[in-house]
Amino acid sequence: MAATQKEPVTGAGPLNGILTWVDERFPLIENWRAHLSRYYAPKNFNFWYFMGGLAMLVLALQIVTGIFLTMNYKPDANLAFASVEYIMREVSFGWLVRYMHSTGASAFFVVVYLHMFRALLYGSHRKPRELLWVIGVVIYLTLMAEAFFGYLLPWGQMSFWGAQVIVNLFSTIPFIGPDLSEWIRGDYVVSDATLNRFFAFHVIAIPLVLLGLVAAHILALHEVGSNNPDGIEIKKNKDPKTGIPLDGIPFHPYYTVKDAFGATVFLFIFAIVVFFAPEVGGYFLEYNNFIPADPLKTPLHIAPVWYFTPFYSVLRAVPPMFDSQFPGVALFGASTMILFLLPWLDRSPVKSIRYRGPIYKRWLAAFVVVFLLLGYLGTEPTNVWGQFGPWLGEVERATVVARICTVIYFAFFILMPWYSRMDKVLPEPERVTS
Amino acid sequence: MSNPKGKTNEMDSGRRNLLAVTVTAGGVASVATALPFAATMLPSDRAKALGAPVEADIGSMAPGEMQILEWRGKPVWIVRRTKEMLEGIKKSDANVADPNSRVPQQPEYAKNEFRAIKDEFAVLVGVCTHLGCSPQMKASDAQAEMGANWGGGFYCPCHGSKFDFAGRVYKGVPAPTNLEVPPYTYLSDSKILIGDDKKGA
Repeated sequence: MAATQKEPVTGAGPLNGILTWVDERFPLIENWRAHLSRYYAPKNFNFWYFMGGLAMLVLALQIVTGIFLTMNYKPDANLAFASVEYIMREVSFGWLVRYMHSTGASAFFVVVYLHMFRALLYGSHRKPRELLWVIGVVIYLTLMAEAFFGYLLPWGQMSFWGAQVIVNLFSTIPFIGPDLSEWIRGDYVVSDATLNRFFAFHVIAIPLVLLGLVAAHILALHEVGSNNPDGIEIKKNKDPKTGIPLDGIPFHPYYTVKDAFGATVFLFIFAIVVFFAPEVGGYFLEYNNFIPADPLKTPLHIAPVWYFTPFYSVLRAVPPMFDSQFPGVALFGASTMILFLLPWLDRSPVKSIRYRGPIYKRWLAAFVVVFLLLGYLGTEPTNVWGQFGPWLGEVERATVVARICTVIYFAFFILMPWYSRMDKVLPEPERVTS
Repeated sequence: MSNPKGKTNEMDSGRRNLLAVTVTAGGVASVATALPFAATMLPSDRAKALGAPVEADIGSMAPGEMQILEWRGKPVWIVRRTKEMLEGIKKSDANVADPNSRVPQQPEYAKNEFRAIKDEFAVLVGVCTHLGCSPQMKASDAQAEMGANWGGGFYCPCHGSKFDFAGRVYKGVPAPTNLEVPPYTYLSDSKILIGDDKKGA
């Protein structure tokens, strides 16, 4: 089967010969065409379509900075904290690599949240892209695991107690819980054993899974083709001669160049954060994490990093039931898992927000507000807004707000099959609009 | 060959059975191989050995004083309770969720009014039953901060759970159960062994 008959490569100047030699032994041109030069993407992409490419850029950034951090980091409870400070103070440009990595973690979630919100705007999760969305949600959950494991490594107070709280979530699972959390920790408390295995997960296991999932995500995307801000299928209108979608343009060079511009703007903002505000007021790097982990002293206020706080708020909002914290943990899990169902909950005849009626628009706006509000409340202690008076049983205001937000959060999903169908929609256009 | 090419589409059930047996055996072998890997993540023998009992000297503790020891990597509190503290516990009967310690968060010998072998000394695992933070001691005169029904005890800064000086959880806070009382025993009037209650008691 070796050296099958193919057209010789042209247009690469002096490289034509070697590329022809490679192409006879490897599906080079075939893949180049399928995924770049003859992958036809809708011509009406806007700002929201930068995020996927940016997420890949940040992934590459995290892998490269991570490799160099690993060269000086020590995954040992007695050495970890000091080794991070060593990187910050004594390794040449170590501070830069570490700040790029810590800023990259938050940047990853910024672009991924915007990427997911794009789907809600334009119906990118709808048929035929359900599996693409499902793979994307798996990537998101994997990314959360990656961030969680990585957060323990600096071995600061917030690393330690954050891990303690999250691992203890598993111990609330009926019957197997306590043994399960002991197995995850490898000890009776978060300890050196825990740090060492979290390091293994963070640098090897999860990144490998993540890379595989990203490849699957792109393959699934290129199978069904990209959605667009009009939410209509460009494959419906093809040139009868060439079979190329009339509203499609080749990904390369059109979108590679556009994405390069987006990457430049992104890196500009990224650099401003890295150089001038790497802690972002305690949101990207929490102040308590500059104190070494102390198993006998809990910090006054424990909060996860900002990208987990909407779900953390859901967890805190649920009171214990039947002497168990498990209902809160279950709802906390459900608040992320429910994303998987989105393609089947949405029953609107149109995909894009441009042609949806007022009901979906209002629900989506409410969802954004409660998501941000839950996110904010999760960074603060529950008494941040004080208590209601005795006439309301002196309950904390923030807890009540978090409970209302939690109900709206779930209602957005659970009621979607009804409100998305009854909404008054506008007719979709035949061709994409510019 | 019993099923030569082009002759028939019938399934060769002998080969299919052999295939099923092979796949099953391979599956069993794979699971058996995965188990040792999962087992490496269990607490090691060293971690288990470090879970051994610890001894506490309580002879020199002043009334109202608190001592924090480490047992299995968790903080264990010993508080020498004053008369007011014990009164505060009695007063908070109406405000706590499980005044009679129904939920088994203590050995049988500590399932009593003050959740202790001797009323004067409280021995508690200082880990909040909500999500494992370590609460702090708050005196009985901290009503301004803790609310009018406060009778003294412990306050968890993570999510606001409150406990009295017997480690009983207040109503309406996130923590679902009372603080755990570890197994312990008096070796003498001034010595407590935490983590083991088989000698005496």
